[in-house]
Order: sequence, then structure tokens, then C-alpha cells
Amino acid sequence: MCFQQKMIHSLFLINCSGDIFLEKHWKSVVSQSVCDYFFEAQEKAIDVENVPPVISTPHHYLISIYRDKIFFVSVIQTEVPPLFVIEFLHRVADTFQDYFGECSETAIKDNVVIVYELLEEMLDNGFPLATESNILKELIKPPTILRSVVNSITGSSNVGDTLPTGQLSNIPWRRAGVKYTNNEAYFDVIEEIDAIIDKSGSTVFAEIQGVIDSCIKLSGMPDLSLSFMNPRLLDDVSFHPCIRFKRWESERVLSFIPPDGNFRLISYRVSSQNLVAIPVYVKHLISFKENSSSGRFDVTIGPKQNMGKTVEGVVMTVHMPKAVLNMNLTATQGSYTFDPVTKVLAWDVGKITPQKLPNLKGIVNLQSGAPKPEENPSLNIQFKIQQLAISGLKVNRLDMYGEKYKPFKGVKYITKAGKFQVRT
Amino acid sequence: MSGNGIGYGEQGGEVAPELAQEAAPTTAPSVPAAFGLFSSDTKKNEDLKQMLESSKDSAKLDAMKRIVGMIAKGKNASELFPAVVKNVASKNIEIKKLVYVYLMRYAEEQQDLALLSISTFQRALKDPNQLIRASALRVLSSIRVPIIVPIMMLAIKEASSDLSPYVRKNAAHAIQKLYSLDPEQKEMLIEVIEKLLRDRSTLVAGSVVMAFEEVCPDRIDLIHKNYRKLCNLLVDVEEWGQVVIIHMLTRYARTQFVSPWKTDEDVGDEYNENNFYESDEEQKEKDRKVKKTYTMDPDHRLLLRNTKPLLQSRNAAVVMAVAQLYWHLAPKSEAGIISKSLVRLLRSNREVQYIVLQNIATMSIQRKGMFEPYLKSFYVRSTDPTMIKTLKLEIMTNLANEANISTLLREFQTYVKSQDKQFAAATIQAIGRCATNISEVTDTCLNGLVCLLSNRDEIVVAESVVVIKKLLQTQPAHHGEIIKHMAKLLDNITVPVARASILWLIGEYCERVPKIAPDVLRKTAKSFTNEDDLVKLQILNLGAKLYLTNSKQTKLLTQYVLNLGKYDQSYDIRDRTRFIRQLIVPNEKSGALSKYAKKIFLAQKPAPLLESPFKDRDHFQLGTLSHTLNSRATGYLELSDWPEVAPDPAVRNVEVAESAKEWTAILSKTKKEKPTEKFYSESEEEEEDSASTSATESESGSESEKERKEESSSNESSESSSSTGVSSDSESEESTEKKTSGAAEESDSEDIKKKAKEISKSRSTFSSSDTESSSSEESSSNSKSESDSNNDSDTEKSRNATSSKKGEKTVQGRKAPNKQDVFLLDLDDFYPVTTPVAVPAAAILSPSLTADLEGLSLSGSPVIDVTTQVFVPTKMHEMLHRMTGKGLSAHYQFSRQPCIFGDRMVSVQVTLTNTSDQKIENIHIGEKKLPPGMRMHEFNPIECLEPERSVTVSMGIDFCDSTQTASFQLCTKDDHFNVNIQPPVGELLLPVTMSEKDFKKEQGMLTGMNETSATIDVAPQNSTSRVITERLMKAANLGVVPSGQDKIHRFAAKTVHSGSLMLVTVELKESSTAQLIINTEKTVIGSVLLRELKPVLSQG
Repeated sequence: MCFQQKMIHSLFLINCSGDIFLEKHWKSVVSQSVCDYFFEAQEKAIDVENVPPVISTPHHYLISIYRDKIFFVSVIQTEVPPLFVIEFLHRVADTFQDYFGECSETAIKDNVVIVYELLEEMLDNGFPLATESNILKELIKPPTILRSVVNSITGSSNVGDTLPTGQLSNIPWRRAGVKYTNNEAYFDVIEEIDAIIDKSGSTVFAEIQGVIDSCIKLSGMPDLSLSFMNPRLLDDVSFHPCIRFKRWESERVLSFIPPDGNFRLISYRVSSQNLVAIPVYVKHLISFKENSSSGRFDVTIGPKQNMGKTVEGVVMTVHMPKAVLNMNLTATQGSYTFDPVTKVLAWDVGKITPQKLPNLKGIVNLQSGAPKPEENPSLNIQFKIQQLAISGLKVNRLDMYGEKYKPFKGVKYITKAGKFQVRT
Repeated sequence: MSGNGIGYGEQGGEVAPELAQEAAPTTAPSVPAAFGLFSSDTKKNEDLKQMLESSKDSAKLDAMKRIVGMIAKGKNASELFPAVVKNVASKNIEIKKLVYVYLMRYAEEQQDLALLSISTFQRALKDPNQLIRASALRVLSSIRVPIIVPIMMLAIKEASSDLSPYVRKNAAHAIQKLYSLDPEQKEMLIEVIEKLLRDRSTLVAGSVVMAFEEVCPDRIDLIHKNYRKLCNLLVDVEEWGQVVIIHMLTRYARTQFVSPWKTDEDVGDEYNENNFYESDEEQKEKDRKVKKTYTMDPDHRLLLRNTKPLLQSRNAAVVMAVAQLYWHLAPKSEAGIISKSLVRLLRSNREVQYIVLQNIATMSIQRKGMFEPYLKSFYVRSTDPTMIKTLKLEIMTNLANEANISTLLREFQTYVKSQDKQFAAATIQAIGRCATNISEVTDTCLNGLVCLLSNRDEIVVAESVVVIKKLLQTQPAHHGEIIKHMAKLLDNITVPVARASILWLIGEYCERVPKIAPDVLRKTAKSFTNEDDLVKLQILNLGAKLYLTNSKQTKLLTQYVLNLGKYDQSYDIRDRTRFIRQLIVPNEKSGALSKYAKKIFLAQKPAPLLESPFKDRDHFQLGTLSHTLNSRATGYLELSDWPEVAPDPAVRNVEVAESAKEWTAILSKTKKEKPTEKFYSESEEEEEDSASTSATESESGSESEKERKEESSSNESSESSSSTGVSSDSESEESTEKKTSGAAEESDSEDIKKKAKEISKSRSTFSSSDTESSSSEESSSNSKSESDSNNDSDTEKSRNATSSKKGEKTVQGRKAPNKQDVFLLDLDDFYPVTTPVAVPAAAILSPSLTADLEGLSLSGSPVIDVTTQVFVPTKMHEMLHRMTGKGLSAHYQFSRQPCIFGDRMVSVQVTLTNTSDQKIENIHIGEKKLPPGMRMHEFNPIECLEPERSVTVSMGIDFCDSTQTASFQLCTKDDHFNVNIQPPVGELLLPVTMSEKDFKKEQGMLTGMNETSATIDVAPQNSTSRVITERLMKAANLGVVPSGQDKIHRFAAKTVHSGSLMLVTVELKESSTAQLIINTEKTVIGSVLLRELKPVLSQG
């Protein structure tokens, strides 16, 4: 009789040097040797980024993600939507991040019991059970230094003794009985500009990706509604499950009972049809001379269309061609590093002052005898602009119903570079 | 097994605790290094054992933590089993949990010992706390020990009818586990699945569908009755459940509905066929016009509509699931909406990108138009991983057309120069494909590729050669120059594939380059021995072709090459050499074949088709593992083709206990509209009562009209507005839906939402003047603050507004029963929760509801709202026995739903069964003998009832808040029978929700003669809050009032006719007695209710 075993069978955590440092089985035990297929695929791939997420082996399927230098490899036996598993694995990694402050091998090894308890709650028989961090935190308290000291003295535990009720209600994302002395609600409107700028400085492609991250510390069961001055800007939106979809459809108002703590309320895209104001420009001259083992490198970054705000936190990273041996540069502002192994040039510029534009100039040394690199490297730029949402999105107001106290409310805007690439 | 033996011994001895206690601290640090020979593991385990047997929880916990650490590292800890299993009953939750972890890991290996733990779980299964029951079931079912299969089966069966939806959810999970342990149980498990599928809780839905998919995915018949419910619940199900349900419904829909695609392609052809497609039911509908267009089954439409919002989910798997549903089910004109959401996912991490891009690649082959507007989103960044780059390239190639090719080629030029050579090579292939697909650019591409031949990178050159070869094959006539150029390249290129390609080209077109070809052969003959096998074969080929066309010059050369080949190491080459020699060199042995050698070698060869590698993936369902791997994964369920004729859509109609509203769909056309509408949506439009069907009809007609204008581009708009078919009203539902503000996930009743909305409206109007100042402030300061004073004045005003609207609200409150939708408001979800767990009530009551309530009580007026019933009694009362009814039997029951015929009526469901062997015709209500004031809304006459069939009809009776009997005649064509309906007092009520505060306030006003009370004995098993609630609900249609005190339970309702409040309080006292108090204006009814409720709690 053939019967099926759906969903996630086992999970292996593997570090970059190929050690399996944690395994968890939700059904019968699968031998570690199944990971050999994964290692094989890893070897074939040029780098970690190129390990295929889905690998087929004779008896199992391996679906993996790569996060923070750890491979999460799950073992699957039958047909399952691969995104289902991938999304879940990322949720697991997010939870570790949330609990331990980082999702690293040491953090996981140090907290192996909590990790195990978490995994036990997150999956039942390979099917996701509780993935909301609000619920998990009620079940299993995250470790803190204070608590570990207290625990060792009093012998109490990290396992919540109250039973989670959130899981039972129809708003599983919020825990019950929240109490704060200061009731606060903060919203960070963060917009990222994704752009490809071509050689001549014209925009090949640009769009704005935004998120609203919230930090809500409100007692009881507040019912919030957030409205925008210009909601039509939002072209494509995805919501946290707490948001009432129909209210958005009909009134373009975000109405929700928030989870407690930090969470991502919405993410949105401002359509690429709209013109995107690019806040910086880059002047560049990179050339490699034929038959001589050197080249020139000269890059200037300047602000434009920044609505009177300062562009700060500017960092430029460049993957130089393999033939580059070393670089001798001088920066008028900030500092630069060049890693001769990975061939990555990083220039930390800092704040741009329009009066004196930052410039990085100098000589590139090439491997002698190697052919001249054909393509100039593209420049990846990062920057930040405080107090500005580049799309012009504005929060109109936040109202709270359901609770009597007056919360402290705040909205912060920030614009960042997303995948911002200048081709040279 | 020796480990087991020891284990048993220790277990039997039950361990002297003192000894263990002493031993634990001493042995722990003293792991001596002296026993070098023994593995330190065994000794460590020794000390763990002792720690586990200590009486201190901290030591046990420590040991368990270390053991879990061992398990995590994959070390064997099985020999500790006996020591660990004893702690399964530990009081410490953390120890207990870790023991569970251990048990789940090792129980399978140590089955005998695992049995020791079973009784603990069996006990926990009866625990009053639902969470403990659930976790016991979870662990019990995770222990893969075949002996306990019967116990598991029993536990699952019991849990599947547990009051707590959370326990039922776990039961659904356990089904899968039991099935994988023992597939023999399939039949029994299917029964449980069937039962759980009927569950209305959103918590259960995802899990039970998962179980269904695993145990009996082919039993599509189980889904029929639950189809609409699943569609409606979908938005509120947790995200993982959504994915599973959507995939299941996709398969379901492909078997149940006809294809919406054919009409997209050619409307004209469908003209005749379409009539054929209509189901019987539809054909019965009189004088309908012959439709030109395909009409979508309303259920099909329902699915599409209800999944659409999920495209906005933050979960990539949900978005992908909806996308594949639209791809496989939606009319082609509508599938376009998914592209935007899919493109959004491309911002996600690389694994998600990888899968999404693969799916887009498949889609973009078939329907370019869908993704064309997003072409730029697929532009490659130098930082993308190669696998992402190549997928993006693939999509761009699929999207290429005359209009965008020039931009694309410019983009490709950048890619060709990429440092990532593998990607550069893929780009060259892409250029080649564009060149063949779009004839306008073939020459441009070819020239570009020729330029690349002088590239310094060998891989790029080689790839170009291969692509050029393919391109030339498609149009060799005027490319002699290019061939010459390539012949020159042969000196420098070393990549075998490229060399082979060039040689093949020269051989194939040797007549076009008569001078060069023999020279090439000369050169390659020289280097023959050093060439790759691939190249050697092509040299042989070239020789053969030249021998046939130009034997004068090349005869000797060819023979030389053939001789070399004869002694080659590779048998492939020796084989080929022999073959060619026999074929081309005439000798006495060679037969007729050599005459045709030229025709064989230089036959006109078809040009290769440059195709996408994703071409053949479309036969897999999108979003599946099989699609990603491009091979059938185990357990892949084929998506069936659309049926030619849709199976009977009536199977999805829900009857009897499920819904009183569905009956009309089968029986009466005029009434059809309203019930279905209510079923589908939370439409609010039934302000006016029963009679005005015509009004509704026209309304829905006009709405469908509107709808059609909106969707005029798509062919599938509704049928003519005169038809009152199901489809038209489901169409109209979309617009009615817009009227309701709240999302379906709020389980508060409609009118609360309405009020909240009103308030927000009033606020916004008031605040509009403020808005500017506040926003300007916000933007100018940009600090994390907003002036409170501003806010203050707002609330002040809105408070005024609220109180001024007070009067209005109460009126609405009365009307409320009409506006409810039982199916969307999923009250089962929270009602059991209120009872057993002692946590602050406000938190567990549907929070938005409480929140709204509390927000509203600002105004100082009590808020009392009608809710849906939480318990539907299944008790049937006999109205007409089949003997007296001459074969016609009738039963009635109280559905506890707000009556649709009038808001003062109680709705009664009557089930009529024909037990005779003849048709019973014209069943209707005859003469009525009603007490004064009592009114009754009859059901529509039933024209005909077949033998062995039964129908359920619903009627409304206004009992005037009395328990008097309604007598009337039930008539058939030939007979009439006197029947009567007597309502239990508990059915004359409608449940209301109110806050505890309001309850107390109201109670304060209803004292003195309005209060009746009694002391009752409570049977001990009835003293838990869950049982009390359950029992009272069963007896009377009451609503639970959240209570802050453990011992006091409050319930509220109002009478159906007069709307007077009925407040019930149960106060548990010492020594198993309780005080039962009822406060109401209607003292008569109050005392009758008291009498009826008294025995309820004292019975065992």
C-alpha cells in the first residue's frame, strides 16, 4: 500500500564548511546521508548563491534556503508547493533572528533547547502550526541575560506557564493581556529605490518599493485605522494578515488590530509608470588600457532632486574584474577598502555636501599579461535620506478605537537605495 | 535490546529516590578520565540517568536539555529511554515538553517502553483545558507505535467532536499521522474527515483539507457540500491552510466546471455548443434566450472572487497559489491580474525569486501579453546569482516581440559583456532565439553575433558559433561570407562544440565555399588525432560530404581521414568510419545504398527550432514541485482537463441542518434569489421584509447590469438581466459587498461594524478641518509626535456625535437580525474559548468586537447587539407521523437563525418526507387556527414530492412571546392534516452580546418583580464553565456575556417579538448548588424559562 507523507519531513542546518550542526525530524528519522546530495550540488555551484533551492534525490526532495551563512535544508518526500516550504523556512530563520538577535550558528548552538522547542511548536507532523511570533513568544519566552540568571537561581524555565490564547482566537497574531504604562505606536515609512542607470546616466529602470514597519506598544485590544493623504500612489500592496482587506478596497484606509511589538504592516510598490526622482547622480570614468597593466578609476557622486534633504550614509561597492590586482586611490571624503581576494571595492562616503562633491580617483593595477577586462564593473550605491518618502506618500492620521487611553503616535519617513546599480 | 532490559529493571524497581538524589550531584562532576577504553558517551549517559531520577526538577531539566542537545546533533540517546519516559507525567511544563520531544524521536524504536507513557496521554485527553487536550492528542498521535492505533483512532474520533476548534484542528493533523502509520484505517478516517470538513471553524479548515489531500484526494464528492463554505472561509484561514485549500479547490474546480477558455478563443464556434453545455437545471428555466456567450457557473465565479484578495498576502506561497489558480481556472482575460503580484514577489529572497521566475517563464511562453508591461522588472543586475539571471533572460526572450526587440537587444549587449561567462553564453543563445522568432531582426542579430566571434573569451565565441550555425541553417542562401569567416576562426577556436559546429557548417554548405572546404579538411586531417571525439566525427562527416561533391580534390584526403578513424581508440569513431566507408566508397559488396549516398548525406535538413526549455513544462500544474523539477514528483496529482459537460451543480447546494436558506434553490424560482445571496455574502440589503421579492429581483438585475458594463471587455459577463438565475445574483454580490465596510474576518455582527463606520465617518467629517493642521504639523516636525490636544478635540467631538446618534442606533439594533450572515461570521471560533480558560475575557472574545463595544460604550449608553446563534439544536420535533399523514411525514426544528420573513418571527425548519411509493403533489398550508396576534409566514407550496425524497422548507412564526401552540392544516392535493407547532420557551429568544458592565447595568434596572430566581443542584460534572455554557445554550438560544468571575456565568438574549431583554445569571455556590437568576420585563416568559432551565444543570 502506498501512502503519502506530505510536507516537511526533516530539517538539517548546515554551516558554510559543510557541517550538519542541527537536525530535527518530525516523522521517522531520515539519515544524515541524504545531505550528501546537497553537498554534491553545492560543489557544482560556483558559489553559495547558486545552489539550486530544489534538488531531487532518488527518494527525497531537498528544498533549501541560504540565510546568514547557514543552509536550512528540508527533506520532502512528496509533491508540495516549493514556495510553501521556502516561505516556511524563512519564517523559521526570522523567528531565530527575533529570538536570539541573530540567526547564526553560534546563537543556534547556544540555544539548542529553545530552537528545538520552537521547531516543535512551529510544525506538527510537518505542517505549520504556529508561526506568529506573538504566539510563539507566549509559548516559549525568548532568552535574555537577566532571565537566564534568574532561571539559574530560581530554577524556573523559559517555557511559558500561561497557555497561549492567541492561537485560539481569530486574531492569532495578537497576544492577550497586553499592558504598557506608556502606550506608543510608531510607524516607519521606508522607501527603497530600485534602479538601473546606464552608462550615459539615463535611467533604464526605476521603481519604488516601500514598506511600513510598525512598532506598536499598546495595551488591550486597540483597533487602529491609518489613512493616507494620497493612497492612490500605492500600486500594489501586500498586507499583514491583521489588515481588513475590504476596508482597504472600499475606503483605502488601513484598519487593523495590530500584533504586539514590531511587525511589517504593509509593503507596497509605487508603479514604475510614475517617474521616479533619482536622488543622486554618479560621474564615472573607468578605463583599462590595452597592453599596459593599469587602468584609471575616477568616480564622483553628487546629489540631485533631493527635495532639500541631505543624502547620507552613502556607500559604493564595486565588484572589480578578476584581472584587477590592486587599486591605488585617493578619496576626497570617507575611506575606501579593496579586498584583493574577492575583488570588492567599498567606499564609505558618508554624507554628501553639495559644495564639495566626494570623489574617488586613482590607478588600477592589473595582472600583467592578462587580457584587458572587457566590461567595466557596475557600481552599487547605497544611500539614505531621512525625513523623506521619495514617492510623496504621506500618512494622514491614525485613529484608535476600542481603548480609552491616548496613545503616543509617531510617523517617520526614510528613503533608501534598494538595488541601485549604475552601469559603467 | 540489552538497554531495554536494564531499563525495565530500573523501571520495575521504581528507584529509591534518596539514593538517586545523593548520587546525582556527586557523579556529575566526577567523570573520571581513567576509563579511557569506554566511550565517554556511555558514562555521560549514566550520569544523565541519575540526574533524571533525582527528585529535583532542576536536575531533571538539566538532563533533559542535554539530551535534547544530543538529539539535535544527531547522536544516539535511545538508551536513556526508560529513564526519560518516567518523567512524562512531570508537573514541570518544560520538562514535560522536552520529554515529549524525546518521545516523538525515539518511541518508534522503543515501542514496548513507549507504551508506558500512553496512559498519561489518555488521561490528558480528558482534561478540561483545551490546550492540554490538544497537545496530548498531538503527542499521542506522533508516537509511531502500531499497537496504539485503536487508541489513536478512538482519540481522534472523540477529538473531532470536541467543542474546541483548536482540539478539532489537532484531530485533523492526527488523521494524517494515523494514516501514515496504518493505511488500513482509511475508511474510518475518511468518516472523520467528512465530519471535520463540515466544520465551520477557520482553524480547522486548513488542517482538514490537508488531511483530505493526504488520505483521500480522490474523494471529490466529500467536497461538494463544503465547497461554498470553504470559498467563503478562505480569507480567514491561516496562511498555510490557505495554500492547501487553494490547491485542492483548483483541482476540484477543474473537474466540476466547464472551461471558460473556449469562448475566449472563438465565440462564434461556441454558439451551438453552449446550449449543450447548460445543465438540466438551467434548461428548465423557462423561455430563456439562447445565449451567445458562455456563462460561468456562479460557484466558479465565487472561487475566483474569494481568492483574489489573497493576491495581497504577505506570504509568497499564498500569492503563488492564487496565481496558479487563476492561471488554471480563470477566463484568459482575467488571468492578467496575477502578474502584478508575481512581479512583486521578485523583490523577495533568491529562493522565492527562483521559483516565481520559473513559473513566470512557463506562463510567458503561452501568454506573452500578461507580463509584457513588466518587462523591465526582469532586467538583470550584475549582483543577481547566475540561476536568477538565466531565468530572467529566459523570460525576456519569451517576451520579445517586434515592438520591444530593439530595447531588449540593447540590454542583451550589456549582458554579453558580463563577467559572468556562463550568463554571457546564455545571453548569446537568447539572442539567437530572438533572431529566429522575430524575422525583422534576424540579420541584425546575425551581424552582432559575428562580431562576437572576435571576442577574446572562448566560451562566448564558442556559443556564438553554435548559435550562428543554427541561424544559418534557417536561411543559408546568402551567408557565404559568414561561413568563410568562420572557417578562418577554426585556427583559433579550441572549444570542441564550436569546432564541430564550424566543420558541420562547412561540410553542409561545401558547395558554396568550394575553395575553402578542401583546405579545411586538409588542416583538420593533420590535427585529427589530437581532436576531441565530437570534432573527429565532424571531420569524418566533412570528408564524406566533400568526397561526394568534390571527389577529385579530396578523395585521397578523405581516405586518409578514414584510415585514421579506423584505428581510433573510440569505438564510436571506428564504427562511424566503417559506416561511412561502406556507404561512400563503391565496391562490389556495397549494395544499392551507395548510389543514394549523396542524397543521404546532403539531404535538405530541417532547421532546428530554437525553443524555450520551459516549453514542455506547462503540463504540470504551476507552483508545484513537479513543475520546478520538470518531472513528476511522487504524489503529484494530475490536474484534470475541463469536463465537456459540467457535472450537476446542484450537488453543492447545502440542505437541511446546514442552512434553512438553501431549500428554495431547488423548489422555487422566485424565492431563489434571496437565500443564495445571503448565503454568499454579507449583503445588507434586506431591509424590507419578505414579500418584496420583485424588488430584490430588479435590484439584482440592475446590479448585474452595472457589473456587465464594468466587465464588458470580458466575455463572461452575466446573462440577460431578466433571468433570475443564480449567476446574476452572485454577480451582483460583488457590488453589494462593497457596501459593507468591514472585512469578513471580523466576527462581529454587521450592525456593530456599521456603527463603527458611522462613528469613523462622523469623526472624519469633524476632523476634516483639523486634518490640515495636524498633517502639516506632522510633516513639518517629522518627529515622532502628534499633538494630543488635536486628538483630544477629535474624540470630544466624536463623543458628541455618538451620543447624538444614540436613538438611531437602537432602531438599527432592532433590525439587526435581518442583516446577519451566519456563514461568514464564524462565531464557533471564539465561543468555546470563552468558557474554559480563565483569562481576561476581553482578550478572548472576538477582540475587534469587544474593542468596538468598548469604544462605543464611551457614550454611556449600553450596547446590546444581536449576534448569531452559537449552537444549533438538532432536536427534531415531530409534526406529522407518516402513518397519520398517509405516507407524508413532517418534522420541525428551530434553526435559531434570524428569520428572513420578518424580524418578529421565529424561523422554523420543516422537513417533509414522502415515505409512500407515490408522488405527493401540491403540499401547502391550509387553514390556520392561530391565537390572537400570532402571525405565520407559510412556505411556498411544493408542487411535487417524489417517493423517498424529502425537502426542507422554512417558515416564520410570530409567537407573540408566548408558548402557545400554532395550529394549522398541512394540505396535500388530496388530503389535509391538522398539525401544530409548540415552541419551547428557549426558542423564543435571540442571543445578544453585551459587555459585562452593560449587563450589570441592565440587571440593575430589572430587579424586584422583574427578577425570578431559584437555587438548583448542580451535578458535579456540570460545574465546569464549558459544560454550563454548552447545556444552557442547548436549552435556550442565549448569547454568552464575557464574565470576569469564575463562578458567575452570564447569558443574555432578547425576546423575538418584543425585543425585551432576558438576562440569565448562573452563580455557582458551595456544595454543588447554584443560584439561577433571570431578569426580564416579561415575567411570565421569565418564569417559564426558569422552570425549563432548572433541570438542565442538575441532570447528570
